[in-house]
Amino acid sequence: MNAFPFISLLTAVPLIGALGTLSFGARNKNFARNLAFSSSIVALALTLVLCYRFDSGSGELQFQELHSWIPAIGVEYHLGVDGLGLVMLLLSAIVVPMSIAASWQVKEGPQLYFSLILFLQAGLFGTFTALNFVHWFFFWELSLIPAFFLIRLWGGPQRATAATQFFVYTMVGSVALLLAFLAIFQCTNSFDFISLGELARNGQLIPALASKLGWHRLAAEIIALIIFCGVFLGFAVKVPLIPFHTWLPPAYAEAQSGTTMLLTGTMSKMGVYGFLRILLPIFCVEMRSVLTHLLWLAVATIVLSAFAALAQNDLKRILAYSSINHLGYCMLGIFAAARFTGDSAALATDKVAALDGVILQMFNHGLTAATLFWFVSLLEKRSGGLRGLNDFGGLRKVIPVFCGLMGIALFSSLGLPGLNGFIGEFLIFRGVFPLATWTAALAVIGLLVTAIFILTILQRVFSGPLNERWSTMPDLSIGERLALLPPIAIMFVLGLYPQLVLGVINSTVVKMVQQVRY
Amino acid sequence: MLAWTIYISFLGVLALLLPKVTPRAARIIALLTAVGGLATTLGGFLHRSDGTMITIIRVPWIPSLGIEYHLAADGISLVLLLLTGIVAIAGVLFSWNIEYRTKEFFAFYLALIGGVYGVFLSIDLFLLLVFYEIAIIPKYFLIAIWGSTRREYAAMKLALYSFVGSALVLIGLIAAYVVAGGKTMNLFVRPRFPFPLHFQMWAFPLVFIGFGILAGLWPFHTWAPTGHVAAPTAASMLLAGVVMKLGAYGCLRVAMTLFPRGLDSWGFHVLGFGSWRDVFALLALIGIVYGAMVALVQQDFKFVIGYSSVSHMGFVLLGLMTLSQVGLTGAVLQMFSHGILAGLLFAVVGRMVYDRTHTRDLAMLDKMHLYKFIPFAAATFVIASMASIGLPGFSGFVAELQVLIGAWSAFPLYAIGAGFGIVIGVAYTWRAMQKAFIGEAEGTSADHSLPPISIPERVGTLVLIGASLVIGLYPQLLLKLVIPALNSPLFSNLRKESW
Amino acid sequence: MTVGYSELFRLVLPEVIVVAAALAVLTTDVLFMRNAGTRARFAIGAVISCIGCVGAIAWMLIAPQQANVFDGTLAIGPQTQLIQISLLGIAILVIGLSIESTFTTHVGEYLALILFATTSMMFLVSTQNILLIFISLEMLSLSLYVLTAFSKRSTRSAEAALKYFLFGGMSAAFTLFGLSLIYGLSNSTNLIRIASAIRGPSLNPLLAVAIVMTVIGFGFKVAAAPFHFWAPDVYQGSPASTATLIASSSKVASFVIFYQVLVIGFAGAEGRGGWGQYIPGWVPVLAIVAALSMVLGNLVAIMQTSVRRLLAYSAIAHAGYILLALISHAQQSFDALLYYTITYALTVIGAFGVVAVVENQIGSDSLSDFAGLSRRAPALSFCMLIFLLSLAGIPPLAGFFGKFYLFASTLNAEPQTLGILWLVILAIAMSTVSLYYYLQVLKRIYIAEPPPQAAPIRTPIVSQVVICLIALSIMLLGCAPNIFLSWLQQAPRIARF
Repeated sequence: MNAFPFISLLTAVPLIGALGTLSFGARNKNFARNLAFSSSIVALALTLVLCYRFDSGSGELQFQELHSWIPAIGVEYHLGVDGLGLVMLLLSAIVVPMSIAASWQVKEGPQLYFSLILFLQAGLFGTFTALNFVHWFFFWELSLIPAFFLIRLWGGPQRATAATQFFVYTMVGSVALLLAFLAIFQCTNSFDFISLGELARNGQLIPALASKLGWHRLAAEIIALIIFCGVFLGFAVKVPLIPFHTWLPPAYAEAQSGTTMLLTGTMSKMGVYGFLRILLPIFCVEMRSVLTHLLWLAVATIVLSAFAALAQNDLKRILAYSSINHLGYCMLGIFAAARFTGDSAALATDKVAALDGVILQMFNHGLTAATLFWFVSLLEKRSGGLRGLNDFGGLRKVIPVFCGLMGIALFSSLGLPGLNGFIGEFLIFRGVFPLATWTAALAVIGLLVTAIFILTILQRVFSGPLNERWSTMPDLSIGERLALLPPIAIMFVLGLYPQLVLGVINSTVVKMVQQVRY
Repeated sequence: MLAWTIYISFLGVLALLLPKVTPRAARIIALLTAVGGLATTLGGFLHRSDGTMITIIRVPWIPSLGIEYHLAADGISLVLLLLTGIVAIAGVLFSWNIEYRTKEFFAFYLALIGGVYGVFLSIDLFLLLVFYEIAIIPKYFLIAIWGSTRREYAAMKLALYSFVGSALVLIGLIAAYVVAGGKTMNLFVRPRFPFPLHFQMWAFPLVFIGFGILAGLWPFHTWAPTGHVAAPTAASMLLAGVVMKLGAYGCLRVAMTLFPRGLDSWGFHVLGFGSWRDVFALLALIGIVYGAMVALVQQDFKFVIGYSSVSHMGFVLLGLMTLSQVGLTGAVLQMFSHGILAGLLFAVVGRMVYDRTHTRDLAMLDKMHLYKFIPFAAATFVIASMASIGLPGFSGFVAELQVLIGAWSAFPLYAIGAGFGIVIGVAYTWRAMQKAFIGEAEGTSADHSLPPISIPERVGTLVLIGASLVIGLYPQLLLKLVIPALNSPLFSNLRKESW
Repeated sequence: MTVGYSELFRLVLPEVIVVAAALAVLTTDVLFMRNAGTRARFAIGAVISCIGCVGAIAWMLIAPQQANVFDGTLAIGPQTQLIQISLLGIAILVIGLSIESTFTTHVGEYLALILFATTSMMFLVSTQNILLIFISLEMLSLSLYVLTAFSKRSTRSAEAALKYFLFGGMSAAFTLFGLSLIYGLSNSTNLIRIASAIRGPSLNPLLAVAIVMTVIGFGFKVAAAPFHFWAPDVYQGSPASTATLIASSSKVASFVIFYQVLVIGFAGAEGRGGWGQYIPGWVPVLAIVAALSMVLGNLVAIMQTSVRRLLAYSAIAHAGYILLALISHAQQSFDALLYYTITYALTVIGAFGVVAVVENQIGSDSLSDFAGLSRRAPALSFCMLIFLLSLAGIPPLAGFFGKFYLFASTLNAEPQTLGILWLVILAIAMSTVSLYYYLQVLKRIYIAEPPPQAAPIRTPIVSQVVICLIALSIMLLGCAPNIFLSWLQQAPRIARF
């Protein structure tokens, strides 16, 4: 406890970088770009150091920092990482430099653009490590504002509506979260996730809620369920789950691809992280009471979004719906893991598998989706802004390297064994089948439809007759190839040796499952 | 020592009335006076900062009536004095460009500040009322001479509403004075007198509403949007930032302390209300939601901010009615936070935008793409809006947090309503920000020769944002003053409720 | 109790000094000054009058008397002398302000009449005998009628004086009739004996008639509604210094004697006027009159465009407030009444002084002529600000404390039941309304732009000194009312044997 404040330092790096870019980058655009990029590399380096010093064997929280902040209302500056947090930090640290690199050419106000990205990164680092609600909420909101401005100021023609929709949905969710946690604080006098989890495990949460919030004639379980709904709403909007997803396709489509990389790579993971860190430990009992509905929601998300992707013509929209689809699997895994299984050891192993798969899928999808959007941005640059499915054709003949690399990323997204996308989905299904068989069966439909639309992309864009317009399209430059190398490499490495990540998260997951056992 | 805040301000007024003062000298005198006031407050802050009541001066004034000249300050007063000092300085900085009758402007301005300081420091009720009414006349002249839209009407409305409020308070206070034997008007001594319950039952709402009028209690709030819009920038900053807090302070310090039994249950129910506490809590909630909803449809930029003030003051009043330590603390903190932020918002709208573009119509501003020409103003407004919606990291968040926590136990439904109000708050703020600064409407851009943001404006902005940020990140600075103050014997009658 | 002539002379020496001064002014003016300029004549006359008044004040301060002679015909004590000193002070101020008048060439007569009026007021406050009350009242009224008509070139002045005379005559008739009924009922002209004689279990119908008559008569004198109809025209038509005198010292004296007649003379027949506690007597009658005055005075003042008429209606309203002191008739109420009327008189003198300057230099007293005054005469405007805000009851000025003291003492008379609370609430409410029309005047002065060719105003030096002095004293009395209060309260009460 309270050793070297490593995580605070890590969170401070992008903040300082952002302020520096904003203040000094106004004159010299190159300086702004370079400063932002270096700052993100420094953050990446620090994260790797953190990984190195992390003890994968224990499932406990490490590098904890605890300071009193506003004692009067139980707010503390409390943070720490376990396996889950570490993986998320790593993901953010990797995706942000990618995003900066992809947006290298942004013309208007680059110092503002890059500083917003760095503020967003600080928000992400904070969200993934905070353990006290107010502290966590501070960073949660901190990540929202830059995202809004990134969409609003540099987006496409419909950016105003897209940004507003994004903002309103997320705000409503945030307010619901806030109210719910304030109610919890009122009853339990604590904002701390860990102690709240313990309270829930001891079965003391519901009585506490009922005693202080004795709303006329409502049963204790119903009160707890209402609070649960508030928190659920906050995260369901972020993931997103159907039917709270309507903000996502416009937002992803209108934002500049560099921004979308961030949105899909990291911000959507915030929602899933919230489910894992907050909902599952604290509200497991309530989740169980509505488990069937939740499972159906997850299935709907998976299947409907896949079909929706099939119907799209805009590459970015296809990928947007595909994003929803992939995260739907995560949700399926989480909901299944919430099911009450008593002391059954076999089912416990299944839960471990499911949750391992969820976290792995988060990491993999983040990386893959970000890379895919990078490719789309490169394509847009070459085509002068066009990105419709039918605008291209036979590009394989003209830009083979590009198509090859993008093909790898697409196959990873599809879940081809040997690439990173496969393991996550496999583990999730492995875990969910015993726990919720029918839903898993239905979710397979999603897999099939995903295969269809991805292959459609491959066929329409890469194969087929060459569209004469693009016969002179330049292939990837050396710089671009070098830049794209790391993510593609990771896809292969993780595909063949997932133990790299699994080793880090497994003990944490085992502990998580144990905590859900009550 | 804190009494010097009052004296310095009035000395400043006298200095400004001298015949040979040039406009430049007038501005400097005003700035020095305002800084002096803040410095004195900080001095008192450092001298004793444990939040308990310190008597500054107590001399008999009119012995035959038991009236004394008694000034004292506790944690709550210190917080509000700090607020006044900060907003006063910012106001002077943002009025640096006033050319018309500069001397008189600053003279009225300093007189208003002196009166406000006096209210926050008075412990003798008669003295409090004296300072309260002293503050009314400068407000009238500030708006009527240097204001804009319908200024004479707005000024008269504001003056009369304030005067009516103080008349209501006067009735209540004289009645209390007489019923308690006519020996003293001292705020320490008075509450110990056991006023009969039926007396408290009508005296409390009278005095509460009297102060509530100035605090923007719905439905007596109508002076506020008109007045704030018509007033010149510095006056709006002071009005919305500090003067409305006078009302809330009066509600807490006078109404709730003198007549705590007035909040008790009536014993019967009318339309679902069982006590004055229920009534005022509901009025506060209506203020929050109504203010927000009306702000959402305004076409005039300044009206948006004006109605948002009504909405935020609703939070203060709701916090007061929770009668719990956390709720009351939140109310005081919200007074401070909103004071700073309202000042900042009016400064942006009035000084940065209106003085340059001469329009406040959102439809017109939509075509001007202001964020390209005055990015400093755009950035300031964004930060100020985020802070005022309650973004964590700024002072508004902690304040609203505490009020909501307090409201949960007392009026759970109202807490949800307040949350709803926050969401609408986000909506109108965002709408205003988008239309005014990042507007996308087709039309000619603003004239490229918009004057840049001057140094006094930048300094003023930094002062205000800095204050909000510091308190947002480290609210302990203020909380350690307010909480001991609320625990003092003065509030013991209230504490019987639930603490 | 009878006394010898020398003793009597010593008792009335102040009045004698003032009369002597009046005669001296007349003589000097008629004999020596017919050929000098009006200003010089006014100056000399003013000096002589002031010497006389100061002499009277000095005598009262050096050798204060206390006596009750001739069956209450002359009842003086420290409090009466205090009132008389105030009246003399007011006279000095009014005369000072009248030095610049240009409306008449009959200077000596004018000043002498002012002094005679003052003498009559001095007698009025120092008697407890209804005969002398009536005589003094008549002497006062007659002097004031003539003073009102003094501006021979103005038709308004003549009209005002005629109205004043007719109304006044009628009200004098009412007063006399009422007083004679009282005499019939009590067989005495001394207030105290009247009180003991008419005290009875229930209200004698004849006594009720007498009370109503007396109230009507005195109500006219203090310009309370519904007997106020003379006031606006008289305030507007008469020369400035006359209007000042009527508005200030005549009010002080009339209220004092009104108080004495009702509270001492009709002591047993008060009745009660509290909400739901009605008992017939003169208190409920006064309550109605007060309510009417406050409401009517304030509401009609809103519509005025002439500052003088505005001040007239505000005088009606203030009369309503002061009647509260009579309604609560406690000892503290009398102190409050004195404080309020004397500070009110001072304020009004100042306000009329400013109006006189404006009329002289700009032309008339309409609101539009006040436009932009703050730029043309800053000191004068600031004083006007003080006066009007004091009338409105804004702290830290004397008017605020006066109102506060008045309301507090009214409620304090019955602390348990808060007796006449409804009337106090009405008073405070109407007082709030009054801020509106006072701000209208201030709006013209401070906010409106002066006419394009306007030159700064040159205020005569004496007027300026007087006005500034009054403004200072209003501020002082507001911030430290104890100065005056302690003087009021230390003076032992009016003797009631």
